[in-house]
Amino acid sequence: MPVKIAVASGKGGTGKTTVSVNLYHFIQKHWTESVQLLDCDVEEPNAGIFFPEAQEQYCKQVSQRVPTIDTDTCTFCRKCVEYCEFNAIVVIPPASFAEITPALCHSCGACLWACENGAITERPIPLGNIKMQNIGNNHSLLEGSLEIGSAMQTLLIKRLKKETNTNHDILLFDAPPGTSCPVVATIIDADYVILVSEPTPFGLNDLKLMVDLARELNKPFSVIINKAGLGDAHTHAFLEEENIELLGEIPFSRSFAEKYADGQLLQHIPEELEGHFTQIVENLKTKLS
Amino acid sequence: MKTVITSTGNSTDSPFDLRFGRAAHYCILDADTNETTFIENEYANAQGGAGTKAAEKMVELGVKRVISGDFGPKAKELLERFKIQMVVLNGEDKTVQEIINTLKAN
Repeated sequence: MPVKIAVASGKGGTGKTTVSVNLYHFIQKHWTESVQLLDCDVEEPNAGIFFPEAQEQYCKQVSQRVPTIDTDTCTFCRKCVEYCEFNAIVVIPPASFAEITPALCHSCGACLWACENGAITERPIPLGNIKMQNIGNNHSLLEGSLEIGSAMQTLLIKRLKKETNTNHDILLFDAPPGTSCPVVATIIDADYVILVSEPTPFGLNDLKLMVDLARELNKPFSVIINKAGLGDAHTHAFLEEENIELLGEIPFSRSFAEKYADGQLLQHIPEELEGHFTQIVENLKTKLS
Repeated sequence: MKTVITSTGNSTDSPFDLRFGRAAHYCILDADTNETTFIENEYANAQGGAGTKAAEKMVELGVKRVISGDFGPKAKELLERFKIQMVVLNGEDKTVQEIINTLKAN
């Protein structure tokens, strides 16, 4: 079974993708060649940008099953309404009205179970795409991209994870920003979580939320401070107070940020950063292998 | 005819609630009997679908007109289909009673 490592942050723009892509690179160099990267930020996947030589292996459309109610068969008993945890079903008996709002439906199937009259059937609606890309030496990048207008990130993330190759030594999950359901869906099955923060008040505020989430889910975790040298010392003080391990620090570098903006993250790694990432991977290796 | 006014509390002294799906209470004003009744919105803190559920409630209650601060797209769609009139009122400093008085004056 592969070791699953998730990279999350709370606040957006702290460097989840920078860290994920670099970890992917340095894990191969210093730990194992058998690693797969998953871009779980299905609303705006961007890890692929940093692999210009990537070759698409497949891209498939995935769908979500959404129920519909046949009002000729429906007895308007409202049992499906009671079963629906997401308030997606409206049944108004005096008006002989029964409808499902697809935008609220989570495709859980509870209404089908509830209906005793066979009035509910399912039909597929598009959920998004899953793309598998070869990024050299048989390493792969799996990327999910959600259908525009859909709010079912969690469903697509779960599907994305089903596409992983379980023969790999390591699966690396690049999480979406925030601390809500899509992030939970990303880190829920991870063996280890890396929280990427920046030493700013915003970074710290969201780091605290992520720490609460990781603790709630009983996940072992540590923190990488990105853009170190900017901001203030409050993040370090927080880690010390809470006895949270600092896995590593990546100093802020303008030239590195410029390379990132140019999509050249892995082509020009400054020597100084190479040292930092090597150290981080060595730390992880000791911890997880 | 029944009119619903969204309310932050369960009496006519309560301030008007600007939200429809997530209003705390609904004040039902029956123009025929001149009586007001209050019901609590059980979906006020729902994770999602509060607007749809509130609209469903309006249809069930046989309401013909709803007065609120605004209506979300899903609620609006359902209310339109059942020909329930939506009145958008910019009245955050008003009490339910003041709105009732205005209705009666007209």
